[in-house]
Amino acid sequence: MQESKRYWQPEAETASRDQITAWQSERLVSTVKRVYENVAPYRDRMDAAGVKPEDVKGIDDLRKLPFTTKQDLRDFYPFGLFAVPMEQIARLHASSGTTGKQIVVGYTQKDLDTWGDIVARQLTAIGLSPRDKVHISYGFGLFTGGLGIFEGARRMGATIIPVSSGNTERQITILQDFEPDCIACTPSYAMYIAETMEKMGVDAKKLPLRCGVFGAEPWTEEMRRQIEEKLDIKAYDIYGLTEIMGPGVAYECECQAGMHVNEDHFIIEVLDTETGLPVKDGEKGEIVFSCITKEAFPILRYRTKDIGAVTHEKCPCGRTFVRMSKPMGRTDDMLIIRGVNVFPSQIETVLLKTGHSPNYQIEVDRVNNLDTIAVRVEMNEATFSDTVSEISQRERALAEAIKSLIGVAVKVVLVSPGSIERSTGKAKRVIDHRKLH
Amino acid sequence: MAIKQVSIFVENKPGTLVSITDAIGAAGVDIRAMSIADTQDFGILRLIVSDAEKTKQAVREIGCVVSITEVVAVAVSDRPGALNDVMHVLSENGINIEYMYAFLTSRGHNAYVVLRVADNDKAAKILASRGVALVSEEDISKL
Repeated sequence: MQESKRYWQPEAETASRDQITAWQSERLVSTVKRVYENVAPYRDRMDAAGVKPEDVKGIDDLRKLPFTTKQDLRDFYPFGLFAVPMEQIARLHASSGTTGKQIVVGYTQKDLDTWGDIVARQLTAIGLSPRDKVHISYGFGLFTGGLGIFEGARRMGATIIPVSSGNTERQITILQDFEPDCIACTPSYAMYIAETMEKMGVDAKKLPLRCGVFGAEPWTEEMRRQIEEKLDIKAYDIYGLTEIMGPGVAYECECQAGMHVNEDHFIIEVLDTETGLPVKDGEKGEIVFSCITKEAFPILRYRTKDIGAVTHEKCPCGRTFVRMSKPMGRTDDMLIIRGVNVFPSQIETVLLKTGHSPNYQIEVDRVNNLDTIAVRVEMNEATFSDTVSEISQRERALAEAIKSLIGVAVKVVLVSPGSIERSTGKAKRVIDHRKLH
Repeated sequence: MAIKQVSIFVENKPGTLVSITDAIGAAGVDIRAMSIADTQDFGILRLIVSDAEKTKQAVREIGCVVSITEVVAVAVSDRPGALNDVMHVLSENGINIEYMYAFLTSRGHNAYVVLRVADNDKAAKILASRGVALVSEEDISKL
């Protein structure tokens, strides 16, 4: 029997819109003041924009504040945007994938507790309790996925199975023997597990597993349907990003109709990509978040480059937080390959550094539910060799160099000069065969 | 003593080879010998031609990646065992062969073998000292 209303923090999750606005205004004002005083780069930027903390008296003044971008996080790597001294930082996390300049974030103990609360809201909303076991297949490490779900499960008292990623056969053995009630991993990995189970002759319907929390990469309603059918579970969407907190910035309730944004902690804006002005309710735009309760890393007006929409329509679950859609695309060319953020420009950097032609194309596909990435690059005279073994060696060395930078294995395919299409405008560097949106 | 070989990158796509032979034919160049090394995704076309530089220009113009490699060519009598003798000379002197291919001509009683080795001069010296007939650019042009 399904209970229809399950809240971890009902006073927040069902607060009136007026109360939410009041919280947001109050917390924004204090965050702006704290950030101005403690984070030099923000102070400099606000000074340059002619904005003083006193000018921000409530959420209507949010638009006065300058934006923060991923580049800012790179420019002030690693700790330049932290708002508290290191001795108050209880944990560091970093974005997945790249070696070199990762995006680094910090958390005080209170931030970790907040993170636990918001993820606990997700787990509670989908019917989990301390009686239940949560199987976490997100990687544990600097990546926020594994430890983020961990914080939430710990907070609401479920039994945690910290499997982390990889070794699919063992994951399935654990699903059979430990009998978790919920699994947390990327949607494509869930599909991969399902198909491996089929191959191993394991019947998913016999497992007690009844739900899953999936995120870290875009996935369609069609994929949700397939996961639910193959694993015989309800599949829920969780949204988050390292820069804002990790998983749990927004969460799907039992209605599976959009993700509730934890508005008592994050202010969401959906802005027209050209004008930077707010779009109407339900319209698409770039999603921008401001953190109003984080102590260590309170980012303001962070441009996620995700495109999405938000609705204020009432949700049957009774929650009053707005719902955001699944991300519908990006404003930049970032790809998510097996949960890892990859920028074509990273691949371009390696190509040029190793003397390869700048004419390349990246082809992304999903084969047997695993993302594959092939880099087609034109042969040129600098990299041509008279023997197959030398050319093959170069191909392998290039693939190694790319993998070492982006954190994902690629296949390198050498093609004839002129076979990569040229364009007068921005070259189409990525062909993505996956249907993600 | 070495001769020039033209090496051309050939993507494994229909039409690539014919566009190359078109260009070489149009340039009035005669192909003396050829071989293709192939992998799943690409091949390397190796040619001994009547005019290496002209060939290089012609295929460059149609957008191919091309290089000229110096290789050793020897003449062996066209009889059983002749090639084996040459192989023995190389093997006894520790000369590794990267690749090789052979061709015949309408004139003469010899077969010609093209060899890619690590050190052309060393190989040429050794072969010559053992009485193996080396082929020069001039010889190729007279074939």
